Amino acid sequence: MSRILPAPWLSLFLLIVWLLLQNSVSVGLIVLGAILATAIPLYTFRARDFPLTIHRPGTAVVYFLVLLVDIVVSNIDIAKIILLPRKKIKPALIEYPLDLTNQVPITILACTITLTPGTVSAELSRDGNTLLIHALNVEDVDALIATIKQRYERRLKEIFQC
Amino acid sequence: MLELPTWADYLASFFIIIGASFAAVGSYGLLRLPDFMTRLHAPTKNTTLGVGGIILGSIVYFSVSDSLSLHELLIAIFLFMTAPISAHLLAKAGLHLEYKMISSTRDLREHPEDYSDKSQHTAKERDSERAD
Repeated sequence: MSRILPAPWLSLFLLIVWLLLQNSVSVGLIVLGAILATAIPLYTFRARDFPLTIHRPGTAVVYFLVLLVDIVVSNIDIAKIILLPRKKIKPALIEYPLDLTNQVPITILACTITLTPGTVSAELSRDGNTLLIHALNVEDVDALIATIKQRYERRLKEIFQC
Repeated sequence: MLELPTWADYLASFFIIIGASFAAVGSYGLLRLPDFMTRLHAPTKNTTLGVGGIILGSIVYFSVSDSLSLHELLIAIFLFMTAPISAHLLAKAGLHLEYKMISSTRDLREHPEDYSDKSQHTAKERDSERAD
């Protein structure tokens, strides 16, 4: 990465957050935001010990959209389970084998799992190879693991190339 | 009160009703689900869409009545970052304290004692007893 912009995506994110906070767009605000978006990553870069670059921004956008759709679907699923009292639920504690090694993608995957259909990530094992997932209502455990691998972990691997 | 065109009125109301009803379902789930770990699912999921719906309603209302207003999105961004973390910490605490789970829970952990504070404690005690 260049010296002036050590983390371009973080800078972009900060600029967007700045403009959202101001809730308006003008030249002066963009200049001030650009200064902040350059200065803050430069100042905090020393504290980041996990150098990581996004290789496929397009896949990241697809990932985010898939996540949004899944959140809506999961909400409807959970609402159904809550509102149909006769339905017998089948919770499970699952150990999910991780292919990812880097901390940041694992964190994103854990957050994704918590946000999506009936699953909460509960714990990362001490060796960092498995993620413990609590599922609210699951019939086929292997199918769930395959879905998570296919939908999220594969895309995260593509995005970060690790 | 600002006057809105009818379509915007209906759209904003639609989003707010969706959001409010999901928030209500989430709270009801917290009350109704059987054990600690399953209760965790209701608020973490339904608040994301609950708050999301109300945020969309707010964006529609203020964008139509005034000028484009998107700073509500910040609420969604921060919520999406923080909600999984609090859920993760609660789940972790529940595991370590070995809260009882309902009997239909399938426990597929290979070493359940790795996730518990209590059995670690007893494991230590066992070691010290053996040493004695």
